Amino acid sequence: MSILAVSVWRGGADGRFQTFTVPRLDAQTVLDVVTHIQRRLDPTLAYRFACRVGMCGSCAMTVNGQPRWTCRTHVANVEENGKLTIAPLAHLPIVRDLVTDMRAFFDKWARARGQFQPTKTRRDDVARVAPSSAARRAVDAAIECIGCGVCYAACDVVAWNPDYLGPAALNRAWTLVKDVRDGAGCERLAAVAGDAGCHACHTHESCSERCPMHLAPTASIAGLKRATALAVLRGDL
Amino acid sequence: MTISARGNRGHVAYWAFIVHRLSGLALALFLPLHFLVLGQALEGEAALDVFLRWTETPLVQASEIALVFLLAAHLTGGLRLLFVEFVGWRSEAQKMLIASAGGVAAFCALAFALNLM
Amino acid sequence: MSPGAETRLWLAQRASAVVLALCVVVHLVTMIAAVRGGLTAAEMLGRTRGSMMWATVYGLFVLAVSIHAPIGLRTVASEWLGWRGRTADAACVIVGVALLLLGARAILAVTL
Repeated sequence: MSILAVSVWRGGADGRFQTFTVPRLDAQTVLDVVTHIQRRLDPTLAYRFACRVGMCGSCAMTVNGQPRWTCRTHVANVEENGKLTIAPLAHLPIVRDLVTDMRAFFDKWARARGQFQPTKTRRDDVARVAPSSAARRAVDAAIECIGCGVCYAACDVVAWNPDYLGPAALNRAWTLVKDVRDGAGCERLAAVAGDAGCHACHTHESCSERCPMHLAPTASIAGLKRATALAVLRGDL
Repeated sequence: MTISARGNRGHVAYWAFIVHRLSGLALALFLPLHFLVLGQALEGEAALDVFLRWTETPLVQASEIALVFLLAAHLTGGLRLLFVEFVGWRSEAQKMLIASAGGVAAFCALAFALNLM
Repeated sequence: MSPGAETRLWLAQRASAVVLALCVVVHLVTMIAAVRGGLTAAEMLGRTRGSMMWATVYGLFVLAVSIHAPIGLRTVASEWLGWRGRTADAACVIVGVALLLLGARAILAVTL
């Protein structure tokens, strides 16, 4: 029976890697490995998961230096000579072991005005939005984000600029900028413009490379650059 | 301290960024020197010629070729960014844009190098 | 700096980039065509002395670079040195003015 030598981050920010020996199985995912460790080897290991079928994004961790959904990462695709390194997501404070504090990620989502602002009431007619319209196609291309944090963990600018809102927050803001029903217009553009916003993106495309939903936050952020530039030229910003 | 994102650096767009930023830094550092040298012409042709003779050493010539490459690379990388930001995202075009940027820059450096000899 | 001001900085950098793209192409072609087996002062100055055209091209070049380079350096300083705020912005302006003055001097040196 073959085995895996798995290095797992233990503790908080001042923690260290601990190595476990885990049996190697067919069709094994990294989440299977983490689960095995916690159930059979060390019950004190802290980690997050929920659906374990690639829908919720809760199991996102850093595997061999890259942020991934562990339930959708086959060990066969990432193990290096029988070795695996598992750490919590980058750029977020570590609560314990493989669990990060996601508050900063979601606070930035709110700071980017990533919430829909309605303009109608229940007494008005339902909004008519043609799915084939350019605006709606732009929204549809970016709307499937489930807030897993992988793009945020992949982004170097997040590491270099603590105020940077990050790819997910900006991507969501873009879907609302292009949503014809939304009423937050200029306030949202002001929220996403500047050194902490879309203008800090340098098109590394790490977010688009790593996004498990195959979204392209880089494209959304480029859209925000155009929208904010137009707003400045019109005198709205 | 948080975990770093060191594993996210293998893809081509990341290297395009690194080349673009480092070339920009190098050019920004070089430019004042370039202006000062050209300003030597204020002292007359002879003063400028003294400096230009010095640039005929192999090390300086190699640096000049490198600078031409860096200038062309920064230009072509910048054009790629202008395309992505203003024309929009075409995922198939991304890698092609980066590859052509690198190719044009290398061509310029080569052309300059050949003319130098 | 306000989001509007930072957006304007970004726009200025991109606009100066477009001007620079044109100037750099001219400069690269000139360099590659002109430097044949080395360059002498006479060759270079023979081309630029008394030329309104070169004064204009290089004038535009220097102006655009004095806008473009400091804004880029400001970003690098912020991200790689953690240098932000008023002192960083002031340094950025100083670099821009320095490039403008040195560049103007260089243009005068080769065109007058």
